[in-house]
Formats: sequence, C-alpha cells, structure tokens
Amino acid sequence: MSVKEIKQNENNIQFHMLPNKKHKTLTFAVKFRATLERETITKRALLPYVLKQGTASFPTRKELQEELAELYGAVLSIGGSKKGESHILTFYLEVPNEKFLPETTSLIERAIELLYEIVYKPNQEENGFPQRVFDREKETLRQNILSIKDDKASYANMRLMDEMCSGERYSIHAQGYEEDLSELSNQELLTYYQNLRQEDEMDIYVSGDFDAEQILDLLTRQFKQSSKKKEVPVNDDAPVQSVTSKELIEEDQVQQAKLNIGYRTNILYRDEKYPALQVFNGMFGGFPSSKLFINVREKNSLAYYAVSRMESHKGLLFVMSGIAPEDYEKALKIIREQMEAMKNGDFTEEELAETKLLIINQLKETLDHTQGMIEFMYQQVVGQKEMTVDELFEGIQQVTREQVIEVANQVQENMVYLLTSEGGEADE
Amino acid sequence: MNKQYFDTIDETLYEEKLDNGLQVCLLPKPELAKTYGVFMTNYGSIDQSFVPIGQTEAITVPDGIAHFLEHKLFEKEDRDVFTDFTKQAASPNAFTSFTETAYLFSATSNIEKNVLTLVDFVQDPYFSEQSVEKEKGIIAQEINMYDDQPDWRLFMGTNKALFHNHPVNIDIAGTVDSIYTITKDDLYTCYHTFYHPENMILFVTGNFDAQKMMNLIKENQQKKSFDKLDDIKRQFPEEPDTVKEKNLKINMPVSIPKCAVGIKEPNKPLEGEEYLKRDLFVDMVLDHFFSTGGEFYQKLYDEDLIDNSFFFESNLQTSFGYVSIGSNTNNPEAFSAQVQEMLLSTKELEISEADFERMKKKKMGQLLRAMNSLEFIANQFATLSFKKVNLFDIVPFIQKLTVQDINTFLNTWIEEDRLATCTIQNQTVDK
Repeated sequence: MSVKEIKQNENNIQFHMLPNKKHKTLTFAVKFRATLERETITKRALLPYVLKQGTASFPTRKELQEELAELYGAVLSIGGSKKGESHILTFYLEVPNEKFLPETTSLIERAIELLYEIVYKPNQEENGFPQRVFDREKETLRQNILSIKDDKASYANMRLMDEMCSGERYSIHAQGYEEDLSELSNQELLTYYQNLRQEDEMDIYVSGDFDAEQILDLLTRQFKQSSKKKEVPVNDDAPVQSVTSKELIEEDQVQQAKLNIGYRTNILYRDEKYPALQVFNGMFGGFPSSKLFINVREKNSLAYYAVSRMESHKGLLFVMSGIAPEDYEKALKIIREQMEAMKNGDFTEEELAETKLLIINQLKETLDHTQGMIEFMYQQVVGQKEMTVDELFEGIQQVTREQVIEVANQVQENMVYLLTSEGGEADE
Repeated sequence: MNKQYFDTIDETLYEEKLDNGLQVCLLPKPELAKTYGVFMTNYGSIDQSFVPIGQTEAITVPDGIAHFLEHKLFEKEDRDVFTDFTKQAASPNAFTSFTETAYLFSATSNIEKNVLTLVDFVQDPYFSEQSVEKEKGIIAQEINMYDDQPDWRLFMGTNKALFHNHPVNIDIAGTVDSIYTITKDDLYTCYHTFYHPENMILFVTGNFDAQKMMNLIKENQQKKSFDKLDDIKRQFPEEPDTVKEKNLKINMPVSIPKCAVGIKEPNKPLEGEEYLKRDLFVDMVLDHFFSTGGEFYQKLYDEDLIDNSFFFESNLQTSFGYVSIGSNTNNPEAFSAQVQEMLLSTKELEISEADFERMKKKKMGQLLRAMNSLEFIANQFATLSFKKVNLFDIVPFIQKLTVQDINTFLNTWIEEDRLATCTIQNQTVDK
C-alpha cells in the first residue's frame, strides 16, 4: 500500500499532488503555518470567520455561497488548528469530480480561480475588511470563546492544558482570547493577513482523480509567495524533564464529572521511539480493547468513556474520562493501575500483536478519506519526518515488547484534573 | 443475485433477498483499502408498543430498551464480541436512533471473517440477569453525559415541545429511572420480534469479491432457523397535528442562551417516491433560505440574532417528521419570533427557475460528496430501504424535479399551529 505524492517547490510554495481514484470529489487544501504566539493568536483565530464572508468578485457571503452552489455544491471551510507549538490556518475547497456531472465545462479551473480569490483577494476596503463584517465576526468569535465552557469535555481539556503547560507556548488557546478582541483594529487584522500570506510556511495539497501536471500548472500560475519567510521551529520549548504530579479539582454545574490526566512522554513524531509510543497508547487507551476501556468501563462500570490520546508534536499524552462525581478516587486508582500495568509489562504477546494491527488498520482507513490523506501527509511536514506508508507500517510491526515497556516508563504523570459537580468530590 | 449498474455514480450494486427474508446488499469498491459492513434492524427507540412475535396482545416496554439491547448484544456468555473483532483487526460499533438499530464494523483485513462475526453476534443473543444489572451503571453514565450537553437538551426539548404523545419525545436512551426497570425477559421479547431477518438488512461495501461474499452469507444463513414472522404490528399513540407546547423553556447553566424553532411535519405516513420528494423538498428549501448564502440567514445575521452555531436539520420518517432551526443567541425571543415570521412568509414566496437549478446542482454535488464515505452509502442505503427508496436513484430523481412542484410544496408547508420554540437558558426568576 502506498500514497502517490508528486511534490514540487515553486514560487516559494510546496505543492503536493495526491492523485488517487478513491473519491468522487477533488479536494484542495492551502495551509499557512507559523509559530504559536500569544500576540498573534487572536488575529489568526478571527481570520477564518472574516475570510468566509466574501471576496473581491463575490463581495457578500450570499454571492460567495451562490458561486459555491454553482460549482455543484462545492464546500469551503477555513479553520485554524494547533499542532505542537505551531499554528496552522487551513483553507479547504472540495468540488465534485466533473466526470460524474451532466455538464462538462471546466469546473476545476473555476474552482481554482475561486480558491485563489478567497486566499488572495478578500473583500477589503481602504482601511481593512468591511467594517460591518469585521465587527460582526469579532462578536461571533467572542461568543465562541465564551461557549467553550458549555462543552464540558473540551472545557476540561482546556483547563488541564492551561494548568499543566502554564508558561509554555503550547498552552496558548487556538481559539484566541476575549480580552484581545476589543483592542484589535480592522486595519491591524488586514495587515497581519497580508504579512501572513508572505511569511508563513505555505503548503498546497490536491487529492482526487485528476491530472497532476495540469493542476500543478494551473496552481503555479497563480499561487505565489515571496522568499522572506519566517522559520517555524517544531518545538522550541525545552522538554520538561522531570515532573511531579499535581492535582486540581474544579466545580461546575454538571451531573457527570470529567476526570482528565496529563502526562509527559517527551517523544515527538520524528523520534525513533514514536512507533513504540503509538503501540503503547493503543494498548493503554487508544481502542475499545485497551486497558482503560476494559477496566474503567467494562469491568467496573465507572465511566461511559475512558480513552487516551497523544499530542505528537509536543510529547504529551492525555487520559479523558467521564465518571460519576462520587467515583473519582476509585476511577483515578484504576487508571493509575493500568499505567502501572503497562510499565510492568503486564500485557500478552497477543495483545501486542492485535494492537499493532488495529493501528495499521486505523491508518489505512484514514488514508481512504480525502482530508485524512492530506492531514496524514501534512503531519510529516510539521513533524519533520518523511517516510512512506510502508515504512511506517513496518516501523509499527517491528515494535518489541521491551520497547513498549521502555516507553511506558518514560511516561510521567504531570497533572490530574477533575471537573465535578458542586460539592461532588468530597463524598467518600 | 441481482446485479445493477448505476451510471450516474459509476457504482455496481449486488442484491439478494434470502429465503429467511434477509436483504443482502453488496457494493464492491476495489480502489479502497477499507471495507465497512452494517447490519441494521428496522427497530428503534420509538417502537415501544407492539405485538410480540407469536402472540396476539400488544405490550409496552420501558423507555430506552432498544438502546439497552444494542449495548447488551455485544456481550456473550463467555466473552465480549468487541474482543473478537479486535483479534481480527476490525473496529466494531453500533448506534440506536428513533427508528433503527445498527451494528457495524470497518476493517482492512479478514473481511470475510469480520462479516460473519457481525452477522453471528447479532443473531446469537445472550442476556443474563447479572449482565443486565451491570449495564445499568454504564448506561446511566451515558444518560448523565448527554444531560450535561445543552445542545442535546435543546434537541430533545424541541421534540418534547412538538409532540404530545409520540415516543419521539422521549430520549433514545430512556431515563435513569426507566432503564432500571428493564429485565432480561424484556430484552428477549424485543429481540425475537424485531431482529427477525425479515426486518433487517445487511449492507457491505469496500474491498471484496461480491460473488464469494454473497455465497458465504447465504451459507451462513441457511444454517440458522427462525420462527415465522407475520407483519410486525407496531402501535403509536394518537398524535394531534398541532404542537404540544408553543414555548418550552429549560433552565440549565449556559454562557449564551440557545433557542430552536421546531416544525412538526403532518402525520401522514409516506414511502417510496412520495417520501423521497418531500424529504428532498424540505431539505432543499431549508438550505435555500437558511444556509449561510440564504436570504433568511442573512437577515438573522444582520439583526445579530445568530452566531456560527446556527443550524437547521430535518428528520422525516414514516410515522413522524420534524425540522429544527436553532442557534446560540443573546435574544431568544426575537430569534424565535423572527424565524417563525420567516417560515410563515413562505406561503407567499416563489422560488425562481434559476434559483431552483442552482439548488438542484448543489443537492446533487452534496450527495456525490457524501458518497465518498462508505459509512454514508451503507447507512443511508439501509435506512432508506425501510422507506422503499433506493439511495442510488436520488441523483437522477433530483434532475427530474420541477420548479412548479417545489413552489407548491413551499406554499403549503408551514402552519402556525405546527411551530414551537424551545429555549435553554440560565435560571431566571419566575414571576
């Protein structure tokens, strides 16, 4: 199994063509990456909202959406995300493949033209974006920042990260900060966007059934960047070497408590130990067959969910679970026992082999999805490690029992965070 | 085995109704690594009152039993079926909706084995008192988790406002109290009635050989025997056309209030083309007016009544139908009043020929895009088959729709007494 990738560096942009016959659509992704900074994050968080509201030729949202509808319901999404200590602004445009449509006029050219407009020719006036759009979208972002508190699972994650990584770049909120919004001016936002287009690391992906040469030609004619780029280090904060675990309990009006635990792995995507960490995570809490799910949920009926997830570009691991408030001590004890079991090598050869297959299965499935394939390939750019899919699978297959134990012993618990009902944690 | 090629989407479907009544559909896609299989029964949380197989009197079972049954089917006397799938490098899952229960897996290897595991575990129930008791704690956690989610409360609240008696106004998972009354005998009664092959469909799509797969499934089914099933008699309470409560308010902690306007579809059972047409029209009209490029959306946006949490969704089924249009909003009263006024105004509106052509393009493109997903193809095909609609006929069907038809629909769609509002807000002082 392999992913065909044709790469070309042109106009200071890295182009990645991923031709495949898996889908009925063509997907374009334009990515801008910069170091995560407290000073710029709110601007980066606000840009997707503003840019979706129109372009020079389609100045209102209605006109832009009508053009997308004319392209047979093409879908535009613009969003920001955090990977390790960098922030990525992504424009996705997905259009149906012409071969399934009654019309034969060139949909692709029109789609590329539109994508170019959205990125390079936003609807702008002399002193910024249209003032009404700017004010209104600031308000939208403000409400989104506030409503994170209503999604208790995300809120608990955010709080854990705030406290555990306090002072580290990684703790900067990808959604921006309410207090920055009132200060931020329209002109400032537009200037920032103009600079970002020239200075950020820029990658463009296309996935689907298409002629790579033709598309590359169309893209390179329009998409250009100057050479004055800023370097984006993957992880410039020094690793946090030895930690002692802290506990933080907060109360809220909830029926189900969220028990989240943060750990330091200090293993990054590019590290040799990374495949062993993936296998470790799979056995510990990555799947329904993992120790966490089996022991916290199935054997003790303590939770509806109990999972672990890795942050591959910062070297962190998180356990997330939803429990009854009175079960806090018990659930924490069982989760810690599962970690101890991993450290002691308390798992069978069979479990090890099964987990490897599950991971490979999951990766193969990801590669069947159009955005999944793009994100997978981009992960290698951000993680600064390139390998073929076969090499990756081979790497996972070769992980030994000893390596998993070694990795497990490198994982250090850093913080226990509980979001519980008012007066909930005191019961014993 | 029946083979059919659909040229508008370039897919070939293999289909057969087996002797025991099971409908089997296979859609090979050799260019993918993955295979997805779903085994679905035409049985969901609303099927609470029915005549059990082999009996004559109708019974009513506790709220949340279909979902409870879904959880319990994975557990066997000696093992958990999750483990079987895991050993075969597959990821299993299941879901229960108002009208269906589905068991599924995805895998990139051991495809035949995994298909048999799927069929065999669903067709071999094992319920014990002890395991039923144990599950209650897990499901109670699941119910509590949902109760903490304002979006879920808004969704169920809207249904509670719209429906007087129809069980679509009850949470799919039931309540913590109702699930504690479920017994293993209840589970068997529901199982034997609704998990009969006659009431089920198996859809497999992905990387496999159709002929070999069909033979394997047939051979497997021939070895099993089932009681004879006449038509399942389901009973639903009398449901008025009008809404139960014009304004339902739910107090819970939220940073920004949430509000939704619900539309109750008429109580008129639909299937086949009639169903498909109405479902498409509801969908296309909502999209036309309320999607981010729509006129109504623009107005709500200009009046600062919505943010980007704004949503609209419709769910049209055989025995009920509803639409919900909602958002986080700082002014729920104005939001609700404005949305209702907009909906009522559709009686006088007309969609132009040019707009309708664009709406059709968009809908066709959306369907094609959705068909990138094996899960969408299999799940949609299965649920639509219960309504006698073929998923693969929809694209050509859309091309045939006329602007007159959609305008007739638009002008007769909304009645004021079929609209209701649900609001989620922080505790307020009642007068």
